[in-house]
Amino acid sequence: MKKYNVKTGISYPKIGAMGKTGTWRIFKPILDKNKCIKCLRCWVFCPESAIKRRNDSVEIDYDYCKGCGVCANVCPVKAIVMAKEER
Amino acid sequence: MAIKDFPIEEYVLPGNAACPGCPSTMGLRTVLKALGKKTILTIPACCTAVIQSWYPYTSFNVPTLNIAFEAAASAASGIAAALKKLGEEDINVVVWAGDGGTYDIGLQALSGAIERQTNFLYICYNNQIYSNTGIQRSGATPYAAWTTTTVKGKKEFRKDIGEIIIAHHVPYAATACVSYPEDLYNKVKKTMGIRGPKYIEILAPCPPGWRFSMDKTVEMGKLAVETGAWILYEYENGKLSFNGISKSIAEGKYKPKPVEDWLKLQGRFSHLFKPEKDIVRINAIKDHIRDTWEHYKKLASL
Ligand SMILES: Cc1ncc(C[n+]2csc(CCOP(=O)(O)OP(=O)(O)O)c2C)c(N)n1
Ligand code: SF4
Ligand code: SF4
Ligand code: SF4
Repeated sequence: MKKYNVKTGISYPKIGAMGKTGTWRIFKPILDKNKCIKCLRCWVFCPESAIKRRNDSVEIDYDYCKGCGVCANVCPVKAIVMAKEER
Repeated sequence: MAIKDFPIEEYVLPGNAACPGCPSTMGLRTVLKALGKKTILTIPACCTAVIQSWYPYTSFNVPTLNIAFEAAASAASGIAAALKKLGEEDINVVVWAGDGGTYDIGLQALSGAIERQTNFLYICYNNQIYSNTGIQRSGATPYAAWTTTTVKGKKEFRKDIGEIIIAHHVPYAATACVSYPEDLYNKVKKTMGIRGPKYIEILAPCPPGWRFSMDKTVEMGKLAVETGAWILYEYENGKLSFNGISKSIAEGKYKPKPVEDWLKLQGRFSHLFKPEKDIVRINAIKDHIRDTWEHYKKLASL
């Protein structure tokens, strides 16, 4: 990444700037790929960019998913359900 | 634009400091997908300045200037002037500010930037409170809503900022809501082809601020539109037109849901329902919604 020589505080982009926010989770979204109709609603609404999209398929990045449950709620076919996080 | 055609690139990176269910990151993701990487953001003091995360890192993958609470639009004017001088006017100059930073403390700077015809897009994500400092009332807080500075419910009605902006004769102004990303995407895209000051305000239901469960951000925005409490419109070339469900409501093709359906799900309005139903204040809310609609319909017919 290009670094800039300026006389002020400058921050650089980083995935996980606040660490692994997946540790915040109390409930965990579980995706059933067989039910998924690839509508991408979970992807577009995830406030965390924690749903990864490959073409039209989706995958949850548990390192950063905060467990808000928005994805489960917007899924039209209930392909995502929330389960208690176990650690 | 259909969701499947949204760019795959993420400019709001995972592992940021936003609350779970945050409407700011939800909206900003779509906005930056529409704008693309040739964008400079200006962010005043607000939740989003914190969401960016701690020095020396940032969770935003576009150049971002943090500036004092009241100064976002002035800073954007400066950036736009500098880019003009450099001959780099294909870069989007964008402000992303909260409602406190827009309706209240940043209004003078915004008015000045519009008057100077700054070539920029000003976006207010409106969570109807000063959320970053712990839920204080703003000029955007609706009547009767609880905040930490209106413990019995706000006594005043919210400011109609849309009309203030329109009074500046901007080439483009619009409202949107995080629950309708296609609509938001299209509106942001449209601004990219228009020179001069553009304004978009996005309704941003905030789980801790409005007191609802963090999985309900999208529903809360949808209900605001479906009950008519939030109106989706575009103002372009001096014409106002309604969009989405608001268009159907205006044309009488969609009967708005009772506003109670929206109020009841938010803890900030719970005092309107218990110990008993506060008919007087609920009716005042309904009257205000009706009057706002009548007024905007009149504007649309001009
Ligand atoms: C001049 C000044 N006054 C007060 C503050 C403290 N402050 C920081 S963010 C904030 C609230 C911002 O509210 P809003 O613009 O609605 O954005 P939100 O926090 O809701 O995202 C306040 C009061 C400040 N930074 N500068
Ligand atoms: S639970 Fe929330 S953060 Fe996690 S993937 Fe779903 S929408 Fe994203
Ligand atoms: S919302 Fe549901 S159906 Fe749509 S892509 Fe996500 S998991 Fe699949
Ligand atoms: S308080 Fe609301 S707007 Fe602020 S970070 Fe939390 S959810 Fe987002």
